[in-house]
Amino acid sequence: MLRVIVRRLLQLVVTLIALSALVFVWLRNLPGGPIEALLGERATPERRALLVKALGYDQPILVQYAKFMQRLLTGDFGNSIRSGDPVTEVIGRAFPATIELGLAAMIIAVGLGVPLGYLAARWRGRSLDNLTIAGTLLGISIPIFFLGYLLKDIFTQNIHWFPPSGRLTTGLDNTNVTGFYVLDGLLTREFDASADALWHLILPAVTLATIPLAVIVRITRASVLDVLNEDYVRTAEAKGLRHRTIRGRHILRNALLPVVTIIGLQTGALLSGAVLTEKVYNWGGIGTLIVDSISGGRDYPVLQAIILLAALVFVVVNLLVDLSYAFIDPRVRVR
Amino acid sequence: MTDPTTQAGAPAPAPRAGDERPGGVRERSIGRLGERKKARLEELAQASAEKGGVSLLRDALRRLRRNPVAIVGGTIVGLFILVAVFAPLIAPHDPVQRFAELTKTLTVDNIPGASAEHPLGSDPLGRDFLSRLIHGSRQTLFVGVLATLIGLALGVLLGVLAGAFGGWVDVVLMRLTDVMLALPSLLLAITLVAMVSKSSQWTVIFAVAIVNVPIFARLLRGSMLAQRESDHVLAARALGVKERNIVLRHMLPNSLTAVIVQATLTFAVAILDAAALSFLGLGDPDINRAEWGLMLGNDGVRYFEVRPELAYYPALAIVVVALGFTLLGEAMREAIDPKNRR
Amino acid sequence: MSLLDVRDLSVVFQRRGERPFTAVDKVSFKVEPGQTVGLVGESGCGKSVTSLAIMGLLPKRGNRVSGEVLFDGADLLKLRADDMRDRRGRDIGMIFQDPLSSLNPVVPIGVQVAEVLERHQGMDRKKALREARELLDAVGIPDPERRLSEYPHQISGGMRQRALIAIALACKPRLLIADEPTTALDVTIQAQILTLLKQLVDETGTALIMITHDLGVVAGLCDTVNVLYGGKVVERAARHELFARPRHPYTHGLLSSVPRLDSPRGERLYAIRGSVADNIPWAEGCAFAPRCDNVVDACLEGPPPLEPTATGGDLRCNNPVSEEVAVP
Repeated sequence: MLRVIVRRLLQLVVTLIALSALVFVWLRNLPGGPIEALLGERATPERRALLVKALGYDQPILVQYAKFMQRLLTGDFGNSIRSGDPVTEVIGRAFPATIELGLAAMIIAVGLGVPLGYLAARWRGRSLDNLTIAGTLLGISIPIFFLGYLLKDIFTQNIHWFPPSGRLTTGLDNTNVTGFYVLDGLLTREFDASADALWHLILPAVTLATIPLAVIVRITRASVLDVLNEDYVRTAEAKGLRHRTIRGRHILRNALLPVVTIIGLQTGALLSGAVLTEKVYNWGGIGTLIVDSISGGRDYPVLQAIILLAALVFVVVNLLVDLSYAFIDPRVRVR
Repeated sequence: MTDPTTQAGAPAPAPRAGDERPGGVRERSIGRLGERKKARLEELAQASAEKGGVSLLRDALRRLRRNPVAIVGGTIVGLFILVAVFAPLIAPHDPVQRFAELTKTLTVDNIPGASAEHPLGSDPLGRDFLSRLIHGSRQTLFVGVLATLIGLALGVLLGVLAGAFGGWVDVVLMRLTDVMLALPSLLLAITLVAMVSKSSQWTVIFAVAIVNVPIFARLLRGSMLAQRESDHVLAARALGVKERNIVLRHMLPNSLTAVIVQATLTFAVAILDAAALSFLGLGDPDINRAEWGLMLGNDGVRYFEVRPELAYYPALAIVVVALGFTLLGEAMREAIDPKNRR
Repeated sequence: MSLLDVRDLSVVFQRRGERPFTAVDKVSFKVEPGQTVGLVGESGCGKSVTSLAIMGLLPKRGNRVSGEVLFDGADLLKLRADDMRDRRGRDIGMIFQDPLSSLNPVVPIGVQVAEVLERHQGMDRKKALREARELLDAVGIPDPERRLSEYPHQISGGMRQRALIAIALACKPRLLIADEPTTALDVTIQAQILTLLKQLVDETGTALIMITHDLGVVAGLCDTVNVLYGGKVVERAARHELFARPRHPYTHGLLSSVPRLDSPRGERLYAIRGSVADNIPWAEGCAFAPRCDNVVDACLEGPPPLEPTATGGDLRCNNPVSEEVAVP
């Protein structure tokens, strides 16, 4: 078991190093070169020379890479070109918003997807199953940003159930503790702020949940169908066990193993979706930051940090999923 | 009742050369055969592999034709391609022409709606929306097909290299796909577009294509690895077939069905990704270009509150076509799945 | 009163768009308390479907079950699903063919034994696990304490089947159904499992339905034997009678196709012609007719009836193997 963890950790490190090298190469080959990218219109020969020296671009490439890595490891990603603030600060402000949105979406996707997938499998071929399958197919075929606009139109313009955008009603102040607004409200006992944040969270979370929800329903359904054919389910029935026991201990405990893997893999899709969802709902998170870093002149230091952060999150989440696997599935534990 | 040639599992019914003895022994025993006998044996192995492949394919096609999901998906895809090919004949107007009767009353808050001459009204620049929608099928097909094919070609190349040679080639290539898969696909595409100073239709196509490279590469590698130890490849190797020919003539064809299925599914993803890039302002900047993702991601959402139809129609077109390709792809996957073979 | 009285049990599978298929066709047999009864036949003869129908374990959709399954005089087929659930595992236990796939891979052995005790005997987990330990010990699993917390993949195939037997017998059911319990096991293990079953059945007085295609299993275990062919009972006889004087050509063929050490060298082994695929529907004659050596015209004119024999059994044949022609 320990060997597996060590091997996976090594793989993680190798992946991240490879990625950082790619990012390094990418930054070196920006259109017009990194100097132009940094200076933009303010470029004069003097400034250029100064910056070349300051950034160490006159040194050998390997030395530069070593310095680049050293800065990464100390968490120094430089300053944002747009705002001039340190990149870590810029990202630190946006990151909790995206995590909050992503977690809410995942809760919806898993909380709705697993029961739906299970029921669809149990009622295979009936109308609930057909309806569910049709829904998942539609969910993966619809452009998510269009769905966002559609929901926004229905629930904020036609029936005023939810606010159209933002994370809080303007004018309402909250105390920032963790950056997760719903949680902050609870921690500081500002329950109205918490409720308001939750109210703002629902539509974007539903929009973002669409694709993971569709994927989880399909995987759960397929997995439950497989398990229902297993001999051990028949054994459980032959024991006369209660429905509840058979469903939980014998069907779901086995059927959810592949679902756990999928949840890990969905973190990537979730971030892709977050870029689009955040733009639709004007949600000030990483997704918005990415869009702003591209459209308002290319803010490369921020982009670079986001790329590394996104990969880190993905790799770590999947490592955790694999490790949790070892605890859920005894057959993995021994290996 | 059961056709004996369809009974063997995928990837292909294996012609048995020699028995189950370890490779070395078998090689020697075949080595003693006369050259003519050897050639004949190889011919037989080849023929039976081909025959197996054909009957498997025919079997899959038969199952496909009986599957209503495949029929629906195939019909949608077929109609889509027909419309794309004959767009100039179907569309009532030139998709880039601005009509005076439309621009006359056109403002940001008032985009002319349906009229007898323009059944779906105007777009924000006074062009015939229906004609743009119809022509949009062409550009959408173009972007989708190219992005899929480029992704497929690069992915297959990497996958074949990794799967066929193994060793360090495999390790390096798989690390590379790990890195690519570790990045959210849209972020990867955004990054790629951001690498060039100006986006164009080609940057979109490439960005969408690259995202799919690791998926094809993994698929191919898996299939190659599974076959490396299969009987028909061992047989070919024992007969002294060149390694390159084993890969190209024995292993690759057997992996292609899975690749075609994946490509069909990828097409749906590709047009959705292209639409997403347009929405983020990273799409094709050509204002004359009529492509559904572009129409939805730019004007569609920009004028959503003024005239939502500008979003509804391209969105509907994208959903239906993506659905069609997904249905067809899934039906194909089911058809070639040996589990469903009877 | 018999413990189990199966009367005219039929199971018809009906899938949408396909012709209905009669897997079990008016099968009747009885099991007395403590008796061991064999159901013998090739795969596809309906023996497993019969056992699943008795247990109420057939899929809810796609089949029609008719007839009566009287257990202690009560018709199991008429019970409500929940009442049947109460009986399964308590009154009737069942052992399946493949011990690996029949055990849940992610639940410890101990829990898998204990849960049936918790369900039917109202024990709490702790007490049930103590009892489970005793049960594992009783079926001959070494170091039962340790096995409680182990998973199916960690123990051997023979031990898994022992664990399944422990589960099936945990609540001391009056009837045990064993569906090919040794087929998936090594030959040496097969003998051990059969010995164990015989010993447990003798000790507890449980009646046993042994479902098998292996006449060797029947020979060592069963009191009476029902031979099934094409979903119908074709011959029923006491064990000694059946082995000494098989009357149905199919039974005769089965016995003759068993290799024997004392047959002369070079003699070819007997094989029944064709396969189950050659069967004709019972409505048109004897299903076995196309493969039968003794076929006469009457065999193709309608289904032969099941008639009592002089030796107390039953036989469904127009032209049985003569009583004098014993198996060599």
